[in-house]
Amino acid sequence: MKITVDEDKCCGAGSCVLAAPDVFDQRDEDGVVVLLDAEPAEHLRTAVREAADVCPAAAIALSEA
Amino acid sequence: MSGPAGVLVVGASAAGLATAEALRRKGYTGDLTLLGDEPHVPYDRPPLSKQVLAGAWQPERAHLRTREVLDALDARLVLGDEAVSLDVANRTVHTAAGRALSADAVVLATGVRPRTLPGQEGLRGVHVLRSLDDALALRGDLLATRRLLVVGDGVLGAEIAATARGLGVEVVLTGPQAAPLAAQLGPLVSGLLAELHAENGVKLRLGAGVDELTAADGRVTGARLSTGEVLEADLVVVALGAVPCTGWLEDSGLVLGNGVVCDSRCRAADGVYAAGDVARWHHERFGSLLRLENRTNATEQAGAVAANILGADQPYTPIPYFWTDQFDAKLQIHGVLAPDAQVSVVEGDPAARRFVARYDRHGQPTGVLGWNMPKQARLHRQQHLAAPTTGGTA
Repeated sequence: MKITVDEDKCCGAGSCVLAAPDVFDQRDEDGVVVLLDAEPAEHLRTAVREAADVCPAAAIALSEA
Repeated sequence: MSGPAGVLVVGASAAGLATAEALRRKGYTGDLTLLGDEPHVPYDRPPLSKQVLAGAWQPERAHLRTREVLDALDARLVLGDEAVSLDVANRTVHTAAGRALSADAVVLATGVRPRTLPGQEGLRGVHVLRSLDDALALRGDLLATRRLLVVGDGVLGAEIAATARGLGVEVVLTGPQAAPLAAQLGPLVSGLLAELHAENGVKLRLGAGVDELTAADGRVTGARLSTGEVLEADLVVVALGAVPCTGWLEDSGLVLGNGVVCDSRCRAADGVYAAGDVARWHHERFGSLLRLENRTNATEQAGAVAANILGADQPYTPIPYFWTDQFDAKLQIHGVLAPDAQVSVVEGDPAARRFVARYDRHGQPTGVLGWNMPKQARLHRQQHLAAPTTGGTA
């Protein structure tokens, strides 16, 4: 699994951090998503899928790399 | 895995798409149909009043998913056809084009439609903003106009006013409240928002509702307020909130009342669920019926509905969340901001237009608001507001 984020779309909700805190964070200054791990381990993938699905700005894309 | 042999989702916007995605994410492999009344593939509404209206995004950028991702859902997309009735006993939806779609579980996600003023439909130069087509039509007229009147002082009206100012249009914003979003944010923060709009050249005519639109030769010329004052404009946007799209359910036997009334599991009847703007469900933690018109609820409630369709039997008890972007301000609102709440700044400084405020009621925190501090607002939410059990976890 490979994660890409679209910073321009991000609205700063932080839903991704609530869903998958090991993989996502936010910038202190503007809240834009920070990707901690673009290719997360197997045990994190369900949480990452949820983070992508519930992102209120549709800013997270997943591909099976 | 338990679950139905077929699921039909009525509505192909944020909540409908999210229901389909959550079902697949949770392992559902049966038949899945998504019925939408618009011809477009599922798209996102929050950008319509901002990036799309401003012209910063092409309409395609507002699409929620790429074609590849939609294809991977393995769902039947029926677009450009409207549900006209529901047979609850047989879980069958009839459509305007004459289709009869049946499933073991039906999800109602038909959203809301804009409230209008009497007589506005027949007038040229009057807009609402709900759909992508609405946004493009408004943008086309905005680029050729000098004076815009925004009727409505809520989130949508304030965002449209801000975007139009960015395009160089003269803007008057009118509504019954003392300040934009006063009901949602309380006096302190809505007062700051009023200052922000005034600084950016929006003329605020607040504190009186609109009695009627004025017109000449079939074209709008402005609006008359309840005070008798007339505001002149070349173009008018009516942003007076929205009403749930439940007309097609009038004869279904479902309980309707400001939305589709559901139990705590978002269930309206056996095998019939509702999600998103149209759903009014029993929030167990608040002990009352609640309907949320916000983007985050569309996905979270869809997750809860998907889980319950698959047998989870979980109550949906989210912490409400919405955001709004106006000029250089990004506001994040977590929880409930009661109008009578005690508001305290817990981080940053309102004078610097960068702060987090906590809203307390009876000594208990009920909400958190961030102004240009999204991350800090989220951290305060985690610290002060109880963790939700949305059923959205996979």
